[in-house]
Amino acid sequence: MPGPMKMRATNQGGVTEIRVLMAHPMETGQRKVNGKPVPAHFIQNLTVKLNGKTVVEGQTSQAVSRNPVFTFRVKGGAKGDKVEVSWLDNEGETNKTEATVA
Amino acid sequence: MNAVRRLLLQGAGALAAGLLTPLAALAATWNKEAFGAKTPADALKGIGASAATPSNDVIIEAPEIAENGAVVPIEITSQVPGTKSIAVVIDKNPFPLVAKFDFMEGALPYVKVNVKMGETSDVRAVAEANGKHYSATKNIKVTIGGCGG
Amino acid sequence: MRLTAAAAGLALGFVLAPASAQQSPYADYQRMTAENAPIELYELAGEELWKKPQGPKNVSLERCDLGQGPGVLKGAYAGLPRYFADADRVMDLEARLVYCMMTLQGRSHEDATQRVFGNADKASELALLSAYVAGQSHGMPMRPGVSHPKEKASYELGRELFYHRAGPWDFSCASCHGEPGKRIRMSELPALNRAQDVRPLMATWPAYRVSNATFITLEWRMNDCYRQMRMPEPKYGSEIPVALIHYMTVNAQGVVYRGPAIKR
Repeated sequence: MPGPMKMRATNQGGVTEIRVLMAHPMETGQRKVNGKPVPAHFIQNLTVKLNGKTVVEGQTSQAVSRNPVFTFRVKGGAKGDKVEVSWLDNEGETNKTEATVA
Repeated sequence: MNAVRRLLLQGAGALAAGLLTPLAALAATWNKEAFGAKTPADALKGIGASAATPSNDVIIEAPEIAENGAVVPIEITSQVPGTKSIAVVIDKNPFPLVAKFDFMEGALPYVKVNVKMGETSDVRAVAEANGKHYSATKNIKVTIGGCGG
Repeated sequence: MRLTAAAAGLALGFVLAPASAQQSPYADYQRMTAENAPIELYELAGEELWKKPQGPKNVSLERCDLGQGPGVLKGAYAGLPRYFADADRVMDLEARLVYCMMTLQGRSHEDATQRVFGNADKASELALLSAYVAGQSHGMPMRPGVSHPKEKASYELGRELFYHRAGPWDFSCASCHGEPGKRIRMSELPALNRAQDVRPLMATWPAYRVSNATFITLEWRMNDCYRQMRMPEPKYGSEIPVALIHYMTVNAQGVVYRGPAIKR
């Protein structure tokens, strides 16, 4: 079950700032529990869409911190516009969240 | 058979989402070679940025000293006109390439992200604009905490 | 970011014991991580638990009285610890949450406290509830109870415990936290008996702790301090940790609460 996500998108001075948090272990595969390595489990792809159009495509590695927080900025966008962020990890798990620009 | 029928009854949206997931897995690209590189030079090569030139227009905002290397906040802005992507490389990490963000359709060349650092290291931001690469470097110290970490 | 004098000193290898008045070498790190912390996820999870019917009575915690009246969350955390007549004792947030779990939801003490501290894989129910409740006091001045005789006694007990040396190393809280300007390796040690040191701390608990990759609370911190002093771990929500938390909160009183926060 993928962990929760939360996003806030605000428009100020013609720039929409998107801040998104997601629960994800971002395991590097190096950490050991009781002598056994915990398998690598991390987000590899992040997609940010504004009103259905992809604006940012991110490729990430296990070196992004656990429970990642990302901030992006898009020129334009207005109150009421729809933002969607989705992720895909190395185990094929996905999740996504939507928010309205405030 | 029953599972499919249940999905259909739950609505086209749910089924569409279920179908899209494996498609998304096929469609999404992840530069395995670059992310698997073990040196900064190989990481840069993997993203085609071997000839990156230093630029004051690529700006890294990050703390000088991180109390805990597990979460190091980094904010990168590129003022190079036409910037299409920003990549983050941490020289001393076991796998130096941390992330690469591609910007399109009005997205600004800007990103803020928390990264992991294994030890004190140079952190590089590499911006790609008009087929060329521009970089900036910042050294971030990572300290060891006192009370059991 | 420009190097501060302190950071420059560190870079040159000097051992620097930062005075609390001057800027800590970690100021930028703490500011930037605070702006970039996954705290809201924990608050949201806590809100879900607050509203979830549980226990033999199958009731949520929404009628829990945290000191401002049943179900009133705004400002409740900022008024703790305080005396509660129905329990006839001073309680901190966590002790009060356990009390509500028992009285409202009919859960046994054992059930409510079976897993008080979480880990990276799963935060504890009490930590999540603490995150949610504390967040509802964000921006409010902290005013723990100080006038009731039991509140005064609790503060005095906290102060005595703070200076009480025991255990195989003869440590007290004051051994590490009794004087300004001390540190362990590269971690600064705040003087918890001094308003100016303890204010920014009490204003930022409970918190997401990077080192534990989970949400932690003051009861966790008290427990861990006793463990580090090689003393027996105090019972969760009991008189001892509550008195210490009360002591520190009173020392910090008036500070505007700005948590939940993120810590290293």
